[in-house]
Amino acid sequence: MIIKTTKSIPSHEITDEKVFKERRTLIKSLLAATVVGNSHSLMAKTSPAKWETLAQSDLSSKILTPTPEQLVKDYTNYYEFSFGKEDSTKLAQPLVIDPWSIEISGEVENAGKFNLEDILSKQTLEERIYRFRCVEAWSMVVPWVGFPLVNLLNMAKPLSTANFVKFTTVEQPDVMPNLRNQSVLHWPYTEGLRIDEAVHPLTILAVGMYGDVLPKQNGAPLRLIVPWKYGFKSAKAIVKIELLKKAPLTSWNKSAPDEYGFYANVNPSIPHPRWSQNSERLLGSGFFTSRRQTELFNGYGEQVAHLYNDMDLRHFF
Amino acid sequence: MMEKITTLLTMIKSKDHRWNVIFTICLLPLLGLLIDIIFNNLGSNPIQALHIRLGDWSLRFLGITLAITPIQTIMHWRGMAEYRKLFGLYSFFYATLHILTYIIVDNNFMWGMIWTDILESPYIWFGVIAYIIVFLLGITTPNPIKKMLGKNWKKLHRFIYISGIAGVIHYFWQLKGNLAEPLLYTLILFFLLGFRVLVEYTRRRLSKMMIPRRFE
Repeated sequence: MIIKTTKSIPSHEITDEKVFKERRTLIKSLLAATVVGNSHSLMAKTSPAKWETLAQSDLSSKILTPTPEQLVKDYTNYYEFSFGKEDSTKLAQPLVIDPWSIEISGEVENAGKFNLEDILSKQTLEERIYRFRCVEAWSMVVPWVGFPLVNLLNMAKPLSTANFVKFTTVEQPDVMPNLRNQSVLHWPYTEGLRIDEAVHPLTILAVGMYGDVLPKQNGAPLRLIVPWKYGFKSAKAIVKIELLKKAPLTSWNKSAPDEYGFYANVNPSIPHPRWSQNSERLLGSGFFTSRRQTELFNGYGEQVAHLYNDMDLRHFF
Repeated sequence: MMEKITTLLTMIKSKDHRWNVIFTICLLPLLGLLIDIIFNNLGSNPIQALHIRLGDWSLRFLGITLAITPIQTIMHWRGMAEYRKLFGLYSFFYATLHILTYIIVDNNFMWGMIWTDILESPYIWFGVIAYIIVFLLGITTPNPIKKMLGKNWKKLHRFIYISGIAGVIHYFWQLKGNLAEPLLYTLILFFLLGFRVLVEYTRRRLSKMMIPRRFE
């Protein structure tokens, strides 16, 4: 590949070589993933994608030990495919993720469809080691690869009237059995954030994990990660982002409003109506190790508690 | 191999060994679990998998226990009471392992955490109700205690239905989406209870017809 550069380009516009290579690896790996197609195991072997030298964000935890990768790959709630957490590992493989574009619309100046490759070419990817706490009282620690959501939102130039962000995830009924059966939720899966939550530096769009491209069952090619909220807020395989004046109705909230609130902030002192949220099972921890005491805002209180200063968390759960 | 199966079948047919064989078969789920633990075959959340599988088997044995009487009535079999007792005790056995797993394997005796968990989880309340009943039925199984309790024994053991219902609610109430399996249990329980109600109803009608009212 020939890369032509001239000295007339100001230095701040020149992409750092490392960053450039990272982008190439991602694009290649996305392509590799589609070429190899359905065979997950083959993909794992042939995929050259590795972001081993990624910059660690200051917002990434340096003290947390990531959960063993295979456990994270084989324990997903991807209800479009299956209720079984281990079933989606296989069932999600026929999902078509290339080409991929994200439509941004609503209260923005620059609405339109953005090609994933174009988006990524403008982003510096970084690693974020975050806690991930499911509403079902289990948790894991995942090293995500991604970039702040705010960067993408800025590409569309949100208007001052944008108070909420709605995320819509992909619908491919041919490969998603529960979409055909109309099971459990109203599809497509939608989630939402308040604008200040969406632009918070902790909120990222992830395209990878464990230094590699995101597996399909974990939300490839691009998913939301909001580490202080229950996992169901972190929508997978996003195709549409709308900036709205009013709060959107989100999937779980619509299906069971008493059980799953719009905010869904991790909070050990507010039990789910049917089960306690006081403790969690950290995946990878062995037999005879006790559960972990769940932390308020999943341990990110220092960074996010101020967003909810004047709110009754019991009411806005 | 075939020989072994035939011997097994003849053993089941012959009355002397039947009890021993069924007793051993009921231990197979536990053996399967131990093998899965040894070969790390319980998935990403092995503690939960172990916990759920023990609970499942407790509920299954409870269902089998409840099914004995209807089967006996329909098939005109006799002498199955000792197996009903055996299956009931196995339900107690697996329920006890289920609870020990919760306290020891999952929570490592952290009583504060366990207490909060139980207090804040209504689905566990139903599990507790189901277990208390199965526990009481289990410890009143030996014949001397049965004799001691007299007529009350039967009254107490009728609570097995409550235990079954509570067990199914316990199962249902912890799930977020997939209700297929608990629905199956509910259906089975519904049929077993329905059968009892039907039998009781017919008995009462018959007795009404035959026995004249002496009072009033």
